[in-house]
Amino acid sequence: MIEAILIISGIGLLLGGVLGWAAVHFRVEEDPLLDKIDALLPQTQCGQCGYPGCRPYAEAIAKGEADINLCPPGGDEGVKRLAELLGVEPKPMGEGLGHKPRSVAIIDAQTCIGCTLCIQACPVDAIVGAAKQMHTIIAAQCTGCELCLPPCPVDCIRMEIVPENLARWKWRYPIHLIRPLHGGSRP
Amino acid sequence: MKTAFPGGIHLPDHKAESCTTPIAAMPLLPRYVVPLSQHIGAAAVPVVKVGDAVLRGQMIARRDGALSCAAHAPTSGVVSAIEVRPMPHPSGLWDLCIVIESDGADAPVAWQPIDWENLPPEAVREQLADRGLAGLGGAVFPSHIKLDPANDGHWPVLVLNGAECEPWITCDDRLMRERATDVLQGARVMQRLIGAAEILVGIEDNKPEAIAAMQSAASPWDDIHIIAVPAVYPMGGGKQLAQQLTGRVTPSGGRTTDVGVQVFNVGTAAALWQAVSQGEPLICRIVSVTGAVERPGNFDVRIGTPINDLITAVGGVREDAAGTLVGGPMMGFLLHDEAATVSKAVNCVLVRPQADFPPRPRALPCIRCSRCAAACPVSLQPFEMYWYARAKDFGKAQSYSLFDCIECGCCSFVCPSAIPLVEFFRYAKGEIWAREQEKGAADQARERHEFREFRLEREKQEKAEKHAKAAAAAKQGASPEDADAARKKAILDAAMARASKARETASPKNTTDLPTDKQQEILEIEMRRAQLKQAVDHQISDIDADAREAEENNG
Repeated sequence: MIEAILIISGIGLLLGGVLGWAAVHFRVEEDPLLDKIDALLPQTQCGQCGYPGCRPYAEAIAKGEADINLCPPGGDEGVKRLAELLGVEPKPMGEGLGHKPRSVAIIDAQTCIGCTLCIQACPVDAIVGAAKQMHTIIAAQCTGCELCLPPCPVDCIRMEIVPENLARWKWRYPIHLIRPLHGGSRP
Repeated sequence: MKTAFPGGIHLPDHKAESCTTPIAAMPLLPRYVVPLSQHIGAAAVPVVKVGDAVLRGQMIARRDGALSCAAHAPTSGVVSAIEVRPMPHPSGLWDLCIVIESDGADAPVAWQPIDWENLPPEAVREQLADRGLAGLGGAVFPSHIKLDPANDGHWPVLVLNGAECEPWITCDDRLMRERATDVLQGARVMQRLIGAAEILVGIEDNKPEAIAAMQSAASPWDDIHIIAVPAVYPMGGGKQLAQQLTGRVTPSGGRTTDVGVQVFNVGTAAALWQAVSQGEPLICRIVSVTGAVERPGNFDVRIGTPINDLITAVGGVREDAAGTLVGGPMMGFLLHDEAATVSKAVNCVLVRPQADFPPRPRALPCIRCSRCAAACPVSLQPFEMYWYARAKDFGKAQSYSLFDCIECGCCSFVCPSAIPLVEFFRYAKGEIWAREQEKGAADQARERHEFREFRLEREKQEKAEKHAKAAAAAKQGASPEDADAARKKAILDAAMARASKARETASPKNTTDLPTDKQQEILEIEMRRAQLKQAVDHQISDIDADAREAEENNG
């Protein structure tokens, strides 16, 4: 009897020790789900979801604090992908949020006074310029987040939708009507 | 004869409509519109301005990077506009073109032939690139890249593609019948550039005249083999023809160059010979104009010819015309606007006769009969890929090797339910590419954002450290104002010392390497300055002397 108790508690202690050791040595630094969620977000860093950037929003989703339908640049497609990852039902975009077409900011060179306020606002450092020098936007790096619009004291920044061109054009979804047999009624 | 690749279909070839008459020249037109992005890769950059006079063959747009292609003036005249015009593209989008008003003289620029036998291959490739050479089979890939074995290893076999498997198109057929020697001479140059051991020319056996002409032209050379291949669509696919001629199967996701075969269209070889022997850039190509037109045939067409002018030149359309295709019926696309121009990609303008192109019946549900799989020349399972592409499950579609699909359209052709399968595959491919691009952009944005956060944090820390140091210095006795002033003065002194040193050592000074007249000018100024200084010094000493005198007098 006493042997059995000793053996069982010995095994218990051993396994407990192993688990304790593993918990210290194989500890995952960050929630791996967080990176997966972050990878699905469009990285515009626009803050339209109510969080200061894409990663904070991903953190909030991972903790279950935020809904998955708050990202307008991602749109319904993004919601669908998040839902797939998290194994939940996709839902329509949140109140007052709709998908926005990709656009870039453009600075009007005639009006810009070189105040550098937009440079400080840009989350991806896509604005070049110096104090009292004209600023300009690196269109290829601009995520279209619109964060540079409010700080501009002379309203010289406007957003322009990126037009479709030959390089960006893609084939549309084929209009594919399946015809029911026998004039419309299914058997 | 059997095909080496699986699947394929037999199609009514409709070649007789246009292949019986020789290649005719087009009359000179009053206006040409040359697109800037008619090739794969970056759009060409204009090197002429509106109002410039240009000569035939003059470069009007240069390459932008390696994967790009120059454009040349199709005739002499004046550049009247550089603006967006309709493109020969399935999208019907407009894009930048250079519009040239012809002056009627058609005066050429003086091009030098390329000394391909003595020049090193790099120099030949460079010169070919300057002449705007690109693949004329349809993909319009810049040829100088395909001719550079450094890009992709060793290619012992050069395949010339004269299969021309698409129905209706006969431009390669006529080219091989009439200009067989040009084609083979061009192939010789290609062979030297890529170091191929042999040249295989594949021609479908429904073109006996072309085969005969090529065989007689090839008789002086032992290493050129003209091979008749069965007329099975899509024999003209590069991978399919390479497989038929060499037995080498291109691996999934690979290119024919992975198995040591480089494939060129016969038209590209002929154009290359034009560029080498005459020095002429690519401003002209053969286009089949066929279908419901009055006088179908093949024409030497300048790049930039508006397609409606081309149709007018063949007597206009017949009454039974139902839309215009660019390319053949299998892989071509419906033209949105006939004002679009002939680019390097346009091998055929097919005005659809109603009788041959009945409207496609509405699609029925897929019954999984697998006929599409049997017809697929790359052994794919179109019915599975269709299922996933339709449901926009692109990952799954891709796992069925979607990207090995050559979009030949065999599956759509044989489908008893009339499902436009290939349209779904094109759609799915486009979406996947777009997503990859989006993901690349997102990754870049994330990186930049993270760096920015890091930078802001670093700046904050640096500021805090500085303040801490100043506070520590203040504690050690010296009054904070003094310390601050001393620090500022030290910084100022250091900056001024640096500046004066930089001024002295700056090289070149803005006065070095000047022309003599400028130097003379500077010398005069310096002399004037010296005189003035002298005069001023003199006056000052006079004043001083006066003052001293006055003082003495007073004293």
